[in-house]
Amino acid sequence: MAIIEIKTDITGSVWKVLKQVGDTVEEDEPIVILESMKMEIPVAAAERGIVKEILVKEGDTAPEGSIVARVEV
Amino acid sequence: MKKVLIANRGEIACRIARACSKLGLSSVAVYSEADEGALHVELADEAFSIGPPEARESYLRADKLLEVAQRSGADAIHPGYGFLSERAAFAEAVKGAGLTWIGPSAKNIADMGDKERARTLAAASGVPVVPGSGRLAGSDLHGLEDAAAAVGYPLLVKASAGGGGIGMRRVDNPSGLRATALATQSMAAKAFGDGSIYLERYLALARHVEVQVFGFGNGRAVHFHERDCSTQRRFQKVIEEGPAPGLPEATRLRMAEAALRLCASQRYEGAGTVEFIVDATTFEFYFLEMNTRIQVEHPVTEMNTGYDLVALQMDFARGAITALDQGAIPFQGHAIECRIYAENPARHFMPSPGKLGRFRLPAGSPDVRIDSGYREGDRITHFYDPLIAKVICHGADRAKAIARMMEALADTDIAGIATNVSFLRSTLGHRRFRDGDVSTAFVDNCKRELIADAV
Repeated sequence: MAIIEIKTDITGSVWKVLKQVGDTVEEDEPIVILESMKMEIPVAAAERGIVKEILVKEGDTAPEGSIVARVEV
Repeated sequence: MKKVLIANRGEIACRIARACSKLGLSSVAVYSEADEGALHVELADEAFSIGPPEARESYLRADKLLEVAQRSGADAIHPGYGFLSERAAFAEAVKGAGLTWIGPSAKNIADMGDKERARTLAAASGVPVVPGSGRLAGSDLHGLEDAAAAVGYPLLVKASAGGGGIGMRRVDNPSGLRATALATQSMAAKAFGDGSIYLERYLALARHVEVQVFGFGNGRAVHFHERDCSTQRRFQKVIEEGPAPGLPEATRLRMAEAALRLCASQRYEGAGTVEFIVDATTFEFYFLEMNTRIQVEHPVTEMNTGYDLVALQMDFARGAITALDQGAIPFQGHAIECRIYAENPARHFMPSPGKLGRFRLPAGSPDVRIDSGYREGDRITHFYDPLIAKVICHGADRAKAIARMMEALADTDIAGIATNVSFLRSTLGHRRFRDGDVSTAFVDNCKRELIADAV
């Protein structure tokens, strides 16, 4: 068991939070969708696992490089 | 009509402000906190702050816009594109407040805004539509396989409430269908609050060609010929041109006639664009959607025809023009528009907000037009679209227009953020583009070459 950090590599506003703590995510499944420059950008799990923590809420600004969630894999 | 409130920002707000001065109308700008001191604010005669940077707190706030109209004494509203331009309720509210709405009727907007309704109305007016299924709503996927078989493979599973390329997945054969449909549904339910989907035939080699129209509300309309917008990335346009290269004359005419039939049946009012998807091999065309507003790429048409479409919108709204003669609308030479975006082609065209440390654009001339809402030192924020500038070039023929565009882009020098300028140059220089061999798959298929050449 390891915890991985899910980061965004662009700055954006959090548009939708699709997962909750305790949910299972598949590899490449989006956890959060950011909106940046009118583009919807999914931030996805890098590996299959269980969402342990979500650090953003809808409407927040997530700066480039910030952690949006932690997933136990 | 004496004073126009411009309910927009960026290059289109600047464009509208200039049209106002040309017609002797005063202009009122609005701006969010992120746009204090922006170029569109400077160009308008008056400007009012309307709140925080997030569009839903500012440019999308109908109540604030109407309040500014009242305070400033504006008697008309031009919505530009995006934001509230295609919200029927806003058009209604503007008229309800006793102001002139510079755009199509609320009914036109509502009818064309719902994609499935627009499809039905187009088909009823005798305009061909892409073969597709009806709405597959909620968790009920009953009949999915039969619907797919009727549409034919490859097909697209689309979210009814989606748009801009999101909530759209391709399925090549029956084995992947159900899983993709379920995934699209669940994504759409969460993202748009509406899980209904529909299926549409996927044209492997397609072109996107649109007809600029202008209706007079009485069933009469004229067209301003077509624009080819096939060069896209992420389902969004990057390069637009007119005429559509290599499109047979008979097809062009039939397409324009179809667009006018739709306008006539809807008693369409003002400027609009009828979008078609064209099979790149057979040139069969199908209605895609109608945009009930001025379009980003309208300058291509202005270069080809000599008409000022924004001024025409205003003249129609104030009753100064009630008809136009189709025969008086020429289609001269070739025009191309390149959209300069704050994005990084090498990173899947991801947005690249930041400060325009250096921002040098080519000089304008009768054959080179620059539309931009930014100046050197301005900040491009993540709150709005990534469009920094549009460069539009005209030439006697396509090769001359491309050559002029290459020069214009060579004279473009932007630093501080990533842009797609090099990508645009390598696209214009690509043999397939030069040959007019364009399709919506061109950028994806040639991505590696286009990006490698750009770096």
